[in-house]
Amino acid sequence: MSPRDLMGAALRGLTANKLRSLLTVLGVSIGVGAVIVLVAVGNGSGKAVQDRLEAMGTNLLTVSTTGGGGGFLRGQAGPANQQYSLTLDDATALADKNLAPDISSVAPVMTSSGTATNGDTSYTVNQVIGTTPMYMPATNTPVQIGSSFTQADVDTSQRVILLGQTAATELFTRPASAVGQTIKLGAVDFTVLGVLASKDSTGFNDPNATAIVPISTLRATQAGYGALNQIVVQAAGQDRVDTAQAEVTELLTARHQVPAEETSPFRITNSAQILQTSQDTAATFTALLATVAAISLVVGGIGVTNIMLVTVTERTREIGIRKALGARRRTILGQFLIEATLLSLIGGAVGVGAALIVTRFQLAGVQPVLVPSSIGLALGVSAAVGLFFGSMPAHRAAGLRPIDALRHE
Amino acid sequence: MAAESLIDIREVTKTYGQGETAVHALQGVSLRVEAGEYVAVMGSSGSGKSTLMNILGCLDVPSRGEYWLDGSDVARLSEDQQALVRGRKIGFIFQSFNLIPRTTALANVELPLTYAHLRRGERRKRANRALELVGLADRTGHRPNELSGGQQQRVAIARALATGPRILLADEPTGNLDAHSTAEVLGMFDDLHADGRTIIVITHEHDVAARARRLVQVSDGRIVSDEVTR
Repeated sequence: MSPRDLMGAALRGLTANKLRSLLTVLGVSIGVGAVIVLVAVGNGSGKAVQDRLEAMGTNLLTVSTTGGGGGFLRGQAGPANQQYSLTLDDATALADKNLAPDISSVAPVMTSSGTATNGDTSYTVNQVIGTTPMYMPATNTPVQIGSSFTQADVDTSQRVILLGQTAATELFTRPASAVGQTIKLGAVDFTVLGVLASKDSTGFNDPNATAIVPISTLRATQAGYGALNQIVVQAAGQDRVDTAQAEVTELLTARHQVPAEETSPFRITNSAQILQTSQDTAATFTALLATVAAISLVVGGIGVTNIMLVTVTERTREIGIRKALGARRRTILGQFLIEATLLSLIGGAVGVGAALIVTRFQLAGVQPVLVPSSIGLALGVSAAVGLFFGSMPAHRAAGLRPIDALRHE
Repeated sequence: MAAESLIDIREVTKTYGQGETAVHALQGVSLRVEAGEYVAVMGSSGSGKSTLMNILGCLDVPSRGEYWLDGSDVARLSEDQQALVRGRKIGFIFQSFNLIPRTTALANVELPLTYAHLRRGERRKRANRALELVGLADRTGHRPNELSGGQQQRVAIARALATGPRILLADEPTGNLDAHSTAEVLGMFDDLHADGRTIIVITHEHDVAARARRLVQVSDGRIVSDEVTR
């Protein structure tokens, strides 16, 4: 029997009971679709986390102090560990190319909060950041409208302010109209120099509900002359992040005379490490989803076996007739194997099609990103499932003695 | 050793089950059929005539004894060779027609030709000719459930004839047919016999048996009489 004849016989067998074939196909397609979609979701969420972290700034080290052993909150260091507080001099020292050659830029950071008012409109800014112009490029926070302040503004404590998207919208409705206007922050007038570009959220806080002012101005008008909250350090290159981190640790340890036996009171957060950790997490997440999906694929395969067993039982008499008409064992085997494989492959194709459509939409807040190999894998597995799960019923059919098959009612 | 017969079974027994409950369907049957004979095998229900037909058709194997078909020992044939014998040398006609459901008359007739590895065009030609022969040229696209009993049996005859087998084995071919269809089918058998085909008909109806040239009576798993009637 030629392959074409076998295929024809298999197709006739499948179309003979359309509803049943359709449901089996559905089982396999759900399995295959689930594999592709869930892997894409896992991959997409990994990518999303990566994008957000990259938006935070790459090659970035954030230095803060743990405030010694007393469990004090950062920035509220008591007298006992005041020696470990970060100062503007620390920032200046870190920016010194001779002392730390792997650091490209440094920005001291002080934060406070306050209520901004524009005439009758008022808005509580969660985070008023006092820093230097270096902060914007280092943390990937570009000014979208207007311009940034300059080092000269910092040196002369100019009362200028950059508003985050949310803050600008709340105060001026249209962010573009904010530039050049004067707002009050606390009791002090500030001139709006620019509006920051919108940023994706990296956590619980809205990163657009911020305002940035020169650090000297913030100290003079809002926060006083206490310790810095953070020093943001940008490494000179991606491969120099680790050496930059070592230089920061070394410099600060020396400047603050931290005893050698003490654990470092400075906490340095490395954006590359966070990225790596979150990528690992995403990979685990993807593997978990793929496992769940693989289980559904196996369940779909068992559905194929079940249907083929029913089909073989139901068509035992037909198998007997075929044998009486001269069908060989392998002809019968081939017909049922092709039927099972066709069921799986059609199911696989439908699953891939459905997955391609579904992954164009956001799922649970994640934009899925297709992994091409998962499509090939899912299709291959579905064909294998057909062959594997179909072989048992097919062998049963082919092994029947003609007379037993013919007598079957 | 005498000249080889087309069918030669020697001391064949067939036992189903074991021990106390064993059923002896055939108890030492020997039968020779020459090419071109028209034989009727008669017997009451349970006499073993169907078992005999199954063994003759290579659908079942004897418990003991030999079966020589066209000069070769069937017991020595492999499973595939037996399938080949069924496909090429024997055409089956069953009481319940045994057409493949939901498949057109033409496709049903083509089936044994497909198993005989004929090419598509040749298959179609032969199947159409066979259906023409049984007077169903206008019903080739019909499915079994769209045909009357008589028509279904004619499709089955066309299918049995399609490969041009030497032997036609018919098991109660008219058992499910009305008088008119019965007459048609028996008329066809007469024509096929006249063409030189070997026909073995299993039946319990005397008027069917009367059309054959030789009558073999089976009772309790033994041949009780074997006579040339015409």
